[in-house]
Amino acid sequence: MKPDDIIKLAERDLNLRRSYKYRINVCCSSGCLPFGALKVLKEFQDAVKEFAVEEECKVARTGCVGTCYLGPVVVVEPGDYLYQNVTPEKAREIVREHITKGAPLKNLIYSNETFFKKQLRLVLRNAGKIDPFRIEDYISTGGYSALIKCLTKMSPQEVIDEVSASGLRGRGGAGFPTGHKWNFVARAPGSPKYVVANLDEGDPGVFANRTLAEADPHAIIEGMLIAAYAIGAEHGYIYIRAEYPLAIQTLKRAMKQAASLSLLEGDILESSFKFDVKLRLGAGAFVAGEETAILASIEGRRATPRPRPPYPATSGLWGKPTLIQNVETLANVPLIINNGGAWFSRIGSPRCSGTKCFSLTGKVKNPGLIEIPMGIALREVVFDIGGGIPDGKKFKSVQVGGPSGGCLPEDLLDLSVDYESLTKAGAIMGSGGIVVMDETSCMVDTAKFFTDFCVDESCGKCVPCRVGLVKVKNTFEGIIRGEGKVENLALLKKLGNLIQETSLCGLGQTAPNPVLTTLRYFEDEYISHIIEKKCRAGKCFTSHKEASRK
Amino acid sequence: MSVRTIKLKIDGKEVTAQEADTILEVARENEIFIPTLCYLEGLTSLGGCRLCLVEVKGSPKLFPACSTAVSNRMEVITNSDSLMEYRRMIVELLLSERTHICAVCVANDSCELQEMATELGTDHVRFNRKWTNHKIDSSHENLVLDPNRCILCTRCIRVCDEVEGVHTLDLKMRGKDSQVIIDLDEPWGASNSCTSCMKCAAVCPVGAIYIKGKALSETKDKELPEFVLGRRCR
Repeated sequence: MKPDDIIKLAERDLNLRRSYKYRINVCCSSGCLPFGALKVLKEFQDAVKEFAVEEECKVARTGCVGTCYLGPVVVVEPGDYLYQNVTPEKAREIVREHITKGAPLKNLIYSNETFFKKQLRLVLRNAGKIDPFRIEDYISTGGYSALIKCLTKMSPQEVIDEVSASGLRGRGGAGFPTGHKWNFVARAPGSPKYVVANLDEGDPGVFANRTLAEADPHAIIEGMLIAAYAIGAEHGYIYIRAEYPLAIQTLKRAMKQAASLSLLEGDILESSFKFDVKLRLGAGAFVAGEETAILASIEGRRATPRPRPPYPATSGLWGKPTLIQNVETLANVPLIINNGGAWFSRIGSPRCSGTKCFSLTGKVKNPGLIEIPMGIALREVVFDIGGGIPDGKKFKSVQVGGPSGGCLPEDLLDLSVDYESLTKAGAIMGSGGIVVMDETSCMVDTAKFFTDFCVDESCGKCVPCRVGLVKVKNTFEGIIRGEGKVENLALLKKLGNLIQETSLCGLGQTAPNPVLTTLRYFEDEYISHIIEKKCRAGKCFTSHKEASRK
Repeated sequence: MSVRTIKLKIDGKEVTAQEADTILEVARENEIFIPTLCYLEGLTSLGGCRLCLVEVKGSPKLFPACSTAVSNRMEVITNSDSLMEYRRMIVELLLSERTHICAVCVANDSCELQEMATELGTDHVRFNRKWTNHKIDSSHENLVLDPNRCILCTRCIRVCDEVEGVHTLDLKMRGKDSQVIIDLDEPWGASNSCTSCMKCAAVCPVGAIYIKGKALSETKDKELPEFVLGRRCR
């Protein structure tokens, strides 16, 4: 296939898409599947046949629109009518009323302006709108046009310059400027070069990368292709956790389809550019998402991090220059190429351009997957998009950045969501988890929960993380048993500081964040646990009480 | 290819070095002491014990001296108050991680962890000590593996792989549960790959792998690096 053939294919498929009067998008991603999304999909397919509207109504299996709390979710175009909690019965009704009679079912439609209003869906531009199993769907919405632009009109250096101009920073958490990284790898001596897409999203309660892969796999592949073209790489790996079966299946299909249109493997679009991609499944270790651990795992060794330098940019897979990017970073790349770096740099805040996907969970009315422009206030995320705290409870804390993110109190809610502000407050951007806690959450218990997670996930290579975290855990256990002493708090701070400063990799360096931030912002709760032996939230000491009652 | 000679400062002292050298190598050449436990000359660096962390002027991060290459005009500080405090705490953590009781240990008086505690002034342990109950493997004719005394420095694994070229030893599990294992976690006595070279016992800094019936002070080769690099065990 040549670039022109792809453009023709796009036109053909777009015409096909336009020939339908209605399009029913049924979300079949991991959020809606457990609620019976496949049955709903089947019912829609049967119903359009039964009501003889097959010609004018297309039923499509799509990815996630973000409102995971309403699943199964169905969106009817035109008009983007969002139907919530759709059952097979309701599906039939929707076809009967909305499609055949043109009368949307008002009582089933979910209208929550604020959930979508403050979001900006760039990375998730296609999520919920296209069928992830059909490459034609992606191409007809402008997919692979950025790759064509790169191959036909831009030199590799021009691609890198465009990405540099965009101000895009790594979405895996550290926020390293993407353009810089590409320059490093492009200039590093050695061949072949590699591109690794990081989809090892191991944080509990975080599902942004999974959703992206399930909804729009080609955005990741196109991003990888452009990156490979820019830095001169020949081989790529997508490292994905084995716990994401649907994302794996989606990516596998996408790769196969891309290869069949000569968008992967061999001479890409009959140019001299060659690039192939392989999937590597992670065997369930949080630390495997760390960039040097990923490399070890892909090479077939134990997924443990190693000291940097040398950075993967100069010495990565098998000692060769390697570009490692989070899939969300890569999914931004086609947009930057198509619309220009200057366009992208105007989105978000000045030092952090673009958007960030977050999995919004915990005690909010609207949990789900959101994408917000950088620089928006946390308060807007929790109260406008999230809809605030359910059941009339009071807000207590929000944890940003996954298990090793910091827990921030109410007076920091006006903090802007960007790398620097979050780090300064003791939280991190991390992989994009926001957990909201209300007054029924105990901060001591919360800090203990995340410490336990990090203890289990520590690889054990370096002493501060392997042993230090266990000692933090022991101290918490003592406090929760009612054996805490005030001196424990000073030791906890010292230990936290040690682990932060001396651990080998990002896991250890950020693991004490929940402990240190809760000590910083909620010290009174620790004091009441230790001195009064009381848990204000009523979480801790319960087994203690039960035991004494007996 | 010629190697460039460069100048740097370690603790204020002007020193010259070859470009590919690590901070630790340069410091040792110039008789500047940087503590290490997992490092052993002749083996690849691990960077795991974190005792050799040093400060490099201009960077907020700490760098492991064993695996960080020197660069021109680098200014290294090896002994700031905070570094010393971190090192003491790390030794404290190691002492409290598993069952370390010097008085009944085969390595007593010949133990690098014990020496390190003395050297750094770790005189008490503030953390709850964990008394582990890992199974001791004494099925080998000459060697004993006692995971309760292991500090997971992986010197034994590296010497077995990189010097003896056998890779009988490796790790299982992760984090606090990590353990050195023989082959695919089999009894040492049943191992077909082990050549009984006993290098693992010679490089063990503590009493986790030792030769049966002998105190470590009797068996430990004082010229370790030379031994690791070539000479075979008695």
